[in-house]
Amino acid sequence: MIVADRKPLKEILEMLKGYNRILVVGCKGCVSVCNVGGSKEVGILASILKIAGKKNGLNLKVDEKTLERQCDPEYVDLLKDMVDDYDVILSMACGVGPQFLSERYPESRCLPAVNTTFFGGAVQHGVWSERCAGCGTCVIHFFDGMCPIARCSKSLLNGPCGGSADGKCEISKDVDCIWDMIVRKKMEQGRLDDLLKFMPAKDWTTARDGGPRKSVREELVQ
Amino acid sequence: MRLPYPSNVKIIQVPCSGRVDILHLLRAIEDGADGVYVAGCLEGECHYISGNLKAKKRVQYVKKVLEELDLEPERVEMFNLSAGEGPRFAQIAREMVERIKGLGPSPVNA
Ligand code: SF4
Ligand code: SF4
Repeated sequence: MIVADRKPLKEILEMLKGYNRILVVGCKGCVSVCNVGGSKEVGILASILKIAGKKNGLNLKVDEKTLERQCDPEYVDLLKDMVDDYDVILSMACGVGPQFLSERYPESRCLPAVNTTFFGGAVQHGVWSERCAGCGTCVIHFFDGMCPIARCSKSLLNGPCGGSADGKCEISKDVDCIWDMIVRKKMEQGRLDDLLKFMPAKDWTTARDGGPRKSVREELVQ
Repeated sequence: MRLPYPSNVKIIQVPCSGRVDILHLLRAIEDGADGVYVAGCLEGECHYISGNLKAKKRVQYVKKVLEELDLEPERVEMFNLSAGEGPRFAQIAREMVERIKGLGPSPVNA
């Protein structure tokens, strides 16, 4: 899933300064699963905004709406009869949400309430960890399903580097060295020879380096 | 056992302190409560294993929110006591009322 964290409240309050009618819009996709922008978190943020408003003597109108997804026009469309009643739309979806809202409602101000961080999964309740960097040409079949692009601090394809120690990455004792994990797994399975194969430099044009990306599936395009 | 506790404390009963949600605490503040506290069982003695520990984390979350809004985090608190401790319950109520009196009315009501 796409993982995100709510922005600090001070930053959100600063961007909302001067707006009195606020629509907080959640998303039932990834951000619901990582407990940052689903209907529950929308309710919490709406209540926080009302508390902040009352404290400052403002009578804010703060309403809540959670869409199935904010990255599909058919769901974004469902706000069309509401948006005119608000000075600002605060999206709790990943960075895609505010942009789809902004494109669909050019007259409205659409702002983000979260910082979108990475593609990853839940490693324990309340803890998410990065797994993929969306490089556009997946190579993890060479590494037994572990990704050195997203999970090695240097994105090394021929690792580990000399900083790997006791299974940890040299940048921090809290960061596992994925190359240590790759090597260990290959050793356990008696396939260490796989790593004798030199991996040439990766073609990064399929990643962000090639500019904004687009996926077209001709068989689906209407 | 009938023990006197301050009449300005409004009690809302829940089956377990683990039922208390972040939103319950926030709504109380939003609706003008000067303070709100959760009275849960002693740590390690939850009938549902960890309800009181969950409540503690939610109380901490709301304290942090209040701090970020420049409100006193002391307006929200978690207390632990056993179900048999009537006098302790009354004492906590008095303690909390004293603390809130010290802080004054919530700025949310201004
Ligand atoms: S190699 Fe690229 S696509 Fe595959 S998991 Fe890593 S970042 Fe994601
Ligand atoms: S210590 Fe491991 S994870 Fe860290 S940069 Fe070196 S190879 Fe990559």
